[in-house]
Amino acid sequence: MIKTEGLTKRFGDLVAVRDVSFEIPRGEIFGFLGPNGSGKSTVIRMLCGLLQPTTGRAELDGLDVVAAAEEIKRRIGYMSQRFSLYEDLTVQENLDFYGAAYGLRPARLAERCRAVVGLGGLEGRETQLVHTLSGGFKQRLALACSLLHEPKILFLDEPTAGIDPVARREIWDLLFRLAQQGTTLFVTTHYMDEAERCSQVGYIYHSKLVACGKPQELKRLPEITPGGAEWFAVLCEEPTRALGLLRENPAVIDATIFGESIHLLARQGTDAETISGFLRAAGWTRLECRRVLPSLEDVFVTLTRRHRAQLGG
Amino acid sequence: MFRGLWAVMRKEILHIRRDPATRFIFAIPLIELLLFGYAIEMDVKHISTVVLDLNRQEESRALVKEFESTRYFRVSREVYSDQELQSAIVSGRAKAGIKIPPTYSRDLVNGRQATVQVLIDGSDSTTALRLLQASQALGFLKSLESAGLTQDAMPVEVRPRLLFNPNLESANFFVPGLIGIILQLVTVFLTAFSVVRERERGTMEQLLVTPISKGGLILGKLFPYCAIGFLQTGLVLVVMVLLFKVPIHGSVSLLLFLSGVFLVPALGMGIVISTFASNQGEAMQVSVLFLLPSILLSGFIFPRESMPLVIYLLSFLIPATYYIEILRGIILRGAGWPALWDEALVLLSFGVLFIALSVLRFKKRLG
Repeated sequence: MIKTEGLTKRFGDLVAVRDVSFEIPRGEIFGFLGPNGSGKSTVIRMLCGLLQPTTGRAELDGLDVVAAAEEIKRRIGYMSQRFSLYEDLTVQENLDFYGAAYGLRPARLAERCRAVVGLGGLEGRETQLVHTLSGGFKQRLALACSLLHEPKILFLDEPTAGIDPVARREIWDLLFRLAQQGTTLFVTTHYMDEAERCSQVGYIYHSKLVACGKPQELKRLPEITPGGAEWFAVLCEEPTRALGLLRENPAVIDATIFGESIHLLARQGTDAETISGFLRAAGWTRLECRRVLPSLEDVFVTLTRRHRAQLGG
Repeated sequence: MFRGLWAVMRKEILHIRRDPATRFIFAIPLIELLLFGYAIEMDVKHISTVVLDLNRQEESRALVKEFESTRYFRVSREVYSDQELQSAIVSGRAKAGIKIPPTYSRDLVNGRQATVQVLIDGSDSTTALRLLQASQALGFLKSLESAGLTQDAMPVEVRPRLLFNPNLESANFFVPGLIGIILQLVTVFLTAFSVVRERERGTMEQLLVTPISKGGLILGKLFPYCAIGFLQTGLVLVVMVLLFKVPIHGSVSLLLFLSGVFLVPALGMGIVISTFASNQGEAMQVSVLFLLPSILLSGFIFPRESMPLVIYLLSFLIPATYYIEILRGIILRGAGWPALWDEALVLLSFGVLFIALSVLRFKKRLG
């Protein structure tokens, strides 16, 4: 459904996006991650036809984003990072405007309005002025507006930034329902729990796509577990003090706190018993250590460090 | 080409209806008209004058009356010493002082040259010039009279006749020009702000991913403001005729038609300005940059013919110049289409230029 080959964007000397290639099948939720300023929004803008790629190409639903830019506009929905509806208009007036912008006939518009208002849980708020809505409802309205014309592909640039956890979950429930109905979703986010929910994730760092695939695949990437190294989770008391000690241990490549436990990457040949033994010797009595798959956060932090080291050296 | 025009227009009308600033949309041009119309009063009349009459005879009193009957001088006070006369002028209480010497009536009777001193405050050159001419003319007439001559007996008589504005009312000159300035001010600001607001609020990006075309977006924004501009012109014209008593000598429908023509470059300029600004503060500054020359150089206040050559040539690049020419032509001189078609053509060319420029600049901002 979405396919890019060597997509590159330069602004003068600055390379904002370098040689990005990926393919997303229909009905997938693609999570696009990366630090701020790494090129996420630039990729989305190129896919939506807001920016022209310097080199490389991208196809949406089999159409070239440059050659068929106008054709594509009818097939995609876009929800930008900033809330971008008219706050001085009512919910219904915003819907009417975007419907008319996509050329929906009145009867069809009324039908679609009912559908998206129902989907977004906006019933009874049609005559409310948008600036009186809460953040969560504004976001749902933005989503509703971008769904009016039944896009095949929906781009969402940080749709849940700054919303409370309940509203966040409701938006994700909505996204899953859309994906089930066959809409392809392209979502940028900073939240790792959201990334874990995606069927595919891409990680962009310093304008390059450094990893792309299903979350489970990324966790088994050789770069994440270099030279037979393995990930362990340690559950113990005083995890902060334990973390300091573990980091000094030569068998430990990397360690970080993850929730209540410590996630650590240990060199080949280290097993759970070795680590438990080390901590017991240091005075810990009650602890639990087991082999785990890395979390996506582990994956991205490790990838970022590797690339930063490469760029630096 | 114009896809989405209706959608944008309807939305724009909703914005206008809901914007609290809309309440002032008709008040602002009216207030400006009243302020400018009354403040820019260039008519020199009834200037406060002090008199030092050292003669105090029938003849001297008659002379003061004659000064007053020119309508330029109004005796506000009589003074009794040179110091008093001086201080009245220095303090600004009087703009002119008439000093009649004690020998005035005697000199007249004896056929000697009688002198009268008129002191004029020269700091306001327009007023001073008028007073100077009036006092010289009075002296000239008095001399003819005492020599037993009447004006009819003069060998050469120049008969000037004032056309179009016989009473030299300055409102007749300023108010029509003011219509042009107000119309431009309001329309340029309104359109520039309506576009910049979209950029500022982030809604522009959302518009650009819809199938709405650039032409549809720009014209959809222009039409509602065009309508407002028209209503404002009508309102200002009515106030001009009823309150300032400036009659429209030419055709009102031609005037309205050509005002419509002027709205094209004015609104186009607003859109061009909006492409240079990313927020409303910047839009304000750029607008002032565009509008100031059109107030100073369009001939609205200062006659263009007396400007230095470079500035005179510059004034041809300002659309308001042509519109003010049209306004004065129709309102004051009753000019018709044959005299004004070339101005209309220039305005239209400016309009096409600005709109083409705005479409081009819009494209650029997308990268």
